[in-house]
Amino acid sequence: MNAAPTASNTDFLLSVEGLTVSFDGFKAVDDLSLYVDRNEIRVIIGPNGAGKTTVLDLICGRTKATAGSIKFEQTELTTMKEHQIVRAGVGRKFQNPSIYEDLTVFENLEISYPKGRSVFGALMFQRDATVRARVMEIAETVFLQDHLNLRAEYLSHGQKQWLEIGMLLIQDPALLMLDEPVAGMSVAERKKTAELLQRIIQNRSVLVIEHDMGFVEDIAHKVTVLHQGKVIAEGSMAHVKQDPRVIEVYLGH
Amino acid sequence: MSGTASVKTFFLSRKDVVCILILAVVIMVVFPLAFDNFRLNLVGKYITYAFVAVGLVMCWGDAGILSLGQGIFFGIGGYAMAMFLKLEASSPENTKIQSTPGIPDFMDWNQLTALPWFWQPFHSFTFTVFAVVAVPALLALVIGLAMFKRRVGGTYFAIITQAFAAILTILIIGQQGYTGGVNGMTDLRTLMGWDIRTDHAKYVLYFISCLLLIGCVVFAYWVRASKLGRILVAMRDKEDRVRFSGYDVADFKVFVFCLAAAFAAIGGAMFTLQVGFMSPSFVGIIPSIEFVILCAVGGRTSVLGAVYGALLVNFAKTTLSESFPQLWLLGLGALFIAVVVLFPDGLAGLYRTWIDPRIDRLLGRAKPEITGSIPPAELTETTR
Amino acid sequence: MFSDYSLGDLGSILAMQGFAGLILFSVFVLMALGLAIIFGQMGVINMAHGEFMILGAYVTYLCSELFTNYLPALYNGYFPVAIVAAFCASGALGLLVEWVLIRHLYRRPLDTLLATWGLSLILQQVYRSIFGAREVGVELPDWMLGSTHLTDTIEVPINGIIVMCITTAITVAVYLLIFRSGWGKRVRAVMSNRTMAGAVGIDTERVDRMTFGIGCGIAGIAGSAFTMVGSTSPTAGQLYIVDTFLVVVFGGAQSLLGTIASAFTISQAQSTLEFFTSGSNAKVLTLLTVVAILMVRPQGLFTVKVRR
Repeated sequence: MNAAPTASNTDFLLSVEGLTVSFDGFKAVDDLSLYVDRNEIRVIIGPNGAGKTTVLDLICGRTKATAGSIKFEQTELTTMKEHQIVRAGVGRKFQNPSIYEDLTVFENLEISYPKGRSVFGALMFQRDATVRARVMEIAETVFLQDHLNLRAEYLSHGQKQWLEIGMLLIQDPALLMLDEPVAGMSVAERKKTAELLQRIIQNRSVLVIEHDMGFVEDIAHKVTVLHQGKVIAEGSMAHVKQDPRVIEVYLGH
Repeated sequence: MSGTASVKTFFLSRKDVVCILILAVVIMVVFPLAFDNFRLNLVGKYITYAFVAVGLVMCWGDAGILSLGQGIFFGIGGYAMAMFLKLEASSPENTKIQSTPGIPDFMDWNQLTALPWFWQPFHSFTFTVFAVVAVPALLALVIGLAMFKRRVGGTYFAIITQAFAAILTILIIGQQGYTGGVNGMTDLRTLMGWDIRTDHAKYVLYFISCLLLIGCVVFAYWVRASKLGRILVAMRDKEDRVRFSGYDVADFKVFVFCLAAAFAAIGGAMFTLQVGFMSPSFVGIIPSIEFVILCAVGGRTSVLGAVYGALLVNFAKTTLSESFPQLWLLGLGALFIAVVVLFPDGLAGLYRTWIDPRIDRLLGRAKPEITGSIPPAELTETTR
Repeated sequence: MFSDYSLGDLGSILAMQGFAGLILFSVFVLMALGLAIIFGQMGVINMAHGEFMILGAYVTYLCSELFTNYLPALYNGYFPVAIVAAFCASGALGLLVEWVLIRHLYRRPLDTLLATWGLSLILQQVYRSIFGAREVGVELPDWMLGSTHLTDTIEVPINGIIVMCITTAITVAVYLLIFRSGWGKRVRAVMSNRTMAGAVGIDTERVDRMTFGIGCGIAGIAGSAFTMVGSTSPTAGQLYIVDTFLVVVFGGAQSLLGTIASAFTISQAQSTLEFFTSGSNAKVLTLLTVVAILMVRPQGLFTVKVRR
């Protein structure tokens, strides 16, 4: 590294600096900085309304930042459109399963396959052996290989969550952002999902929002605690757990 | 997985081919045999409406974009053709009693002494054919880009397209020196010397309309079978998910809106040719919304349903309004309400629930779609 | 087009056309208020709103006929009676329509648009069967005719002032109803979270029905005002529906102040332009401008920024 050793370590996959967004004066995210390494699994925790989902919204371009910068592999994301950010390698899973109910599982995955994304490309897109093999592979990863021809609306809640995760995996993003991936799941599904996440987080960075502390302890390399749009603690789970402020606002009750 | 690599499927399943062939036989064999020339010409008119309905299936049914301004594109297509025909009918010999011979009669009545510049290229038939499709598509492109890039959609889009329909009607009626005003362009006679007012010409034009309609239907099937077709449906369902799968949603909306506009315009041009005039009453708010009801009655997600819807509703309209003009409006209003509240999937929905399963049973076929137990090698056959 | 007039002339023209636009403005405001309540608060697109207005106009016409034939002595007082009757008639029809039709279509806004269009066709035919296809007009009582002179060159029609007063009163009432009353609080609660509102014991169905009824009732009052500027015919309402929707969208559907400001802008622009160019050109120019502005600012003129 020939660059000066400042806060902007150029080797971070994602560096968020001074990020602020205000909705009519209310600062949902306030001067937030966050650095995610390559292959790091980062979990964001915090009480409801802390701005966790808003941070993901800002990174993936769904909400426009009032101030600050978001750099992903040296590229500034704040000025890019959503689809450009996705194409740059950022995948986002929503809190509620967001899948196409009217299409089959196969079609859901196929649409997410990162080829033929322009109008003309989509018209000419061929469902060739490569595509089919890739869809099969992903379907197996997310336990849906037996349901490929099922309309997605008939899936269970947990299966819908998996399908959405699969739709992200097929894009092979460098940064995967998951908003409460195990929310609303049964115990068995939750266990299976934890396994699934452990498998898919190899070779990529992951940013997870989660409330399930057991789950967080299992997967997190590092934990960031948000409160009222600000970072109040950051570090290993063990470290964060000891922090009196974190106990006060979040863990204590 | 073996053997899947070589599977190349045609975009039409055997069933689709049969259904399209049935439509072709109905409109190109049954109708010409069953109706006299006058009735057949009426059906030809309905066929031109079906173009609009097919476009709406893709735009509204598939992509969820309700345009209440399809009359704009139908009208522009029709007017473009009418301008060509009008120029041909206004040759200096035909118009020598005018104070300025060689220009359309309504221009002369409005004290115009020269042909306006935007009329000049319509001397050329090639240009006219090009303009019939290109001008509406371009207008749709401009409106679409302006609206969809700024994420205007749903009801707002519907209202604004309706406003455009209103604007265009007022403009056409107001600028009568350039457009023929409220009467429209009448007294159209020949197409490159061929008299379009004869029974024979109407017969030929009817078949040309039918062929073009089948062409549009097949093209619509092709688009819907492509990945783009599935993206449209996905967009209607979860626009954000599509966006966060790396697609520029606006581009796809613009595309399908332009496509619907082009279909409507082809219908408009064929309308002018078969009926022999074009007027603002086919442009405005009311015809635009009637196009939507044709599509809704047929089934907003079924291309063929929309064609049958267009034919049936207009048959009913003609029959009813000939004998009971008051009843027609009541009937149309009730139809709107009934379709929306009771049968949101229209005729196609009724067909799918009641008739299709029976045909399958008759032919001894099982329904494979929902079971989800098909091995992947056969996937392409069923998930098209 | 302005060069033929002196500055003073232009001032007077603007003022006169401005006052002439007042009645149009009032009709717009009243129509748009009803629509804005229904669209903004319930998300329902009521394409039959013009027909509810025309119902009010016909009721006003009936009242004037009644007074002429049976109470000629009290003819001067028919208008207030007509306004109340118009409100009740349109409101009652609104309640009925909500019960029969609209309540099945919540959360399908595009479908309410089509269904209410169907309703508008039916209503038009009903009016035609009852009142005939010809236009009907009312005679204004003497005290509402004439005009007052503000200056030598500026005169203001009295009926315009009366309509203005009614409009102001209704607007204030609507504002109080929605933002100051318990009922308004319930309407806004249902609007922002239907499920939750139901869970805390608000009868959401009742709230919806009343909202729709009141919106339609205000359209009926608009109809009463309309009889002063135009003649009533079965299809007259349809001419106003697109303009009114533009007013609502332009103002920002959730904002009452926006609705009023945009009604003012659009009606004034139109009536001022009408003086300089033909009526149809004025309309085209106004509509095009509104659509163009909406493309730049699709959320309307007055809206609050909220987290999606």
